[in-house]
Amino acid sequence: MSETNSVGLVSAQVAHFHTPLTLKSGAVLPQYHLAYETYGTLNGSRSNAVLVCHALSGNHHVAGRYSPQDKHPGWWDNLIGPGKPLDTNKFFVIGVNNLGGCHGSSGPSSVNPLTDRPYSASFPIVTVEDWVESQARLLDYLGISQLAAVIGGSLGGMQALQWNIAYPTRVRHAFVIASAPNLTAQNIAFNEVARQAIITDPEFFDGDYYNHGTLPRRGLRIARMLGHITYLSDDAMGEKFGRKLRHGAVRYGFDVEFEMESYLRYQGDKFAGEFDANTYLRMTRALDYFDPAAAFGGSLSAALKTAIAKFVVISFTSDWRFSPARSREIVQALLDNAHPVKYAEVTAEHGHDAFLMPDPHYHAIMRAYLAQVKV
Amino acid sequence: MIENIVNITSERPDFALITNWVRRNAKVLDLGCGDGTLLTHLRDVLHTTGYGIEKDDNNWLAALKNGVDVIQMNLEEGLSGFQNQSFETVILSQTLQAMHNTETIVQEMLRVGREAIVTFPNFGYWRNRIQISRGNMPVSKSLPYQWFDTPNVHLCTIHDFDLFCKQHNIEVMERKVITEGQDIHFMPNLMGNLAMYRLRNA
Repeated sequence: MSETNSVGLVSAQVAHFHTPLTLKSGAVLPQYHLAYETYGTLNGSRSNAVLVCHALSGNHHVAGRYSPQDKHPGWWDNLIGPGKPLDTNKFFVIGVNNLGGCHGSSGPSSVNPLTDRPYSASFPIVTVEDWVESQARLLDYLGISQLAAVIGGSLGGMQALQWNIAYPTRVRHAFVIASAPNLTAQNIAFNEVARQAIITDPEFFDGDYYNHGTLPRRGLRIARMLGHITYLSDDAMGEKFGRKLRHGAVRYGFDVEFEMESYLRYQGDKFAGEFDANTYLRMTRALDYFDPAAAFGGSLSAALKTAIAKFVVISFTSDWRFSPARSREIVQALLDNAHPVKYAEVTAEHGHDAFLMPDPHYHAIMRAYLAQVKV
Repeated sequence: MIENIVNITSERPDFALITNWVRRNAKVLDLGCGDGTLLTHLRDVLHTTGYGIEKDDNNWLAALKNGVDVIQMNLEEGLSGFQNQSFETVILSQTLQAMHNTETIVQEMLRVGREAIVTFPNFGYWRNRIQISRGNMPVSKSLPYQWFDTPNVHLCTIHDFDLFCKQHNIEVMERKVITEGQDIHFMPNLMGNLAMYRLRNA
């Protein structure tokens, strides 16, 4: 099977780190490993690396497939590949599974080498700052001193932002897409409902479910269903499902009546079967805690004062979870510093999920800008 | 470079004059920057920095391709997000007549910029007057729309804008009136096709 413009068959790699990592919480990871994938070729001057940061449920498998039979490609395959907007003929693209993840990097479900048992609930709370620190160490490991670009959507956009605060000299271009400088109270509230669904699942066992031979599937399923509602716009849901009935007529019961319910249940079940609940808790907390302005007296402008990279900030009109107004706050902080920034508000109806969709104008922006990036 | 300037100035005579009113290395904000032609021209000739604002997707993308730092926003909502007196010059070229919140935008320009440059087609131009005297809304090279599809909602004459400035305590530092690229000094409100103002708060 050969797809046009695909990076083709890919495989993950693992980098092991033995230098202790002190986390923002004060906890220390004595050793850890990161799963990552790369596409394209690092050039001789090591100047063409692009780091793609993932969001809540993403991972290092950003593009390509693991086998010809693989049903789904990586999560941002529509953007990345030879001839695609993030062109792997030009760039060396890196995807990494964040610490605390459940797809190959050290996390609650991975084995703690000190105990030979899963870290389980003992895996510390990780933050966006910690992720950027660990990603910087991965770049050191790969021999890359500066990124041509860091790109991220949503929680990934927060990492792209943090890169410019923690390591301003290591980034030349930053894409902050469908993101925010911190979460609103409403957003924290959604995350809390999701966490409560997981934590109150009787099979959660305070996060130690691995040792009880159970999985808090019900909780994770509800958490994901809630998430899905907030990632879509009312219009997109209305257009896709409306009030369509599953069986043509109502049956006066609590099984699936509406197609909308069927979709949510399907997404919830699928997710509960492949994602780790402890990771979900940590990812949502990383979102909640992120607030780079806090250390600068509440001023995002001050936080970004030392940024050097050129910024591209993109929002989507129907995204109510990370609304355009939140992106404009980031733009404003950059304008306050007379910093190079381009800001696009893309008309899209897919809500927060729009950043993962191949909208022609959105991708034209990515393509045009990335074509200008010198390597 | 010279050829480039000639091309731009023959297509948009106001651009050449705007260039004369912008200082070298100035920080400039261009409202409704279109594909960024003016900003790239100012950048190349005067080494200016700054931003363009553009609402239209296609223009926005064209400006990005021209290397302009372009912000997609609606001018009707003002310039919140830009700090007071953070630019040396704020430019509104041939967009004033299409603004709904005309007063707001001119005041906003002089809030964020030390100087403002405003250019607009002079509705008092004799060719426009002739068409009206014949009973029709004017359609011309500088007003190329039919009455039913025009984006222009606030057309004005040079006299009108002079009065507007006086009433709003705005100092006209310089005024140029041109027709087909020629300076007009005699009866500008009748003979002038394009009006250009260099403004600051009085």
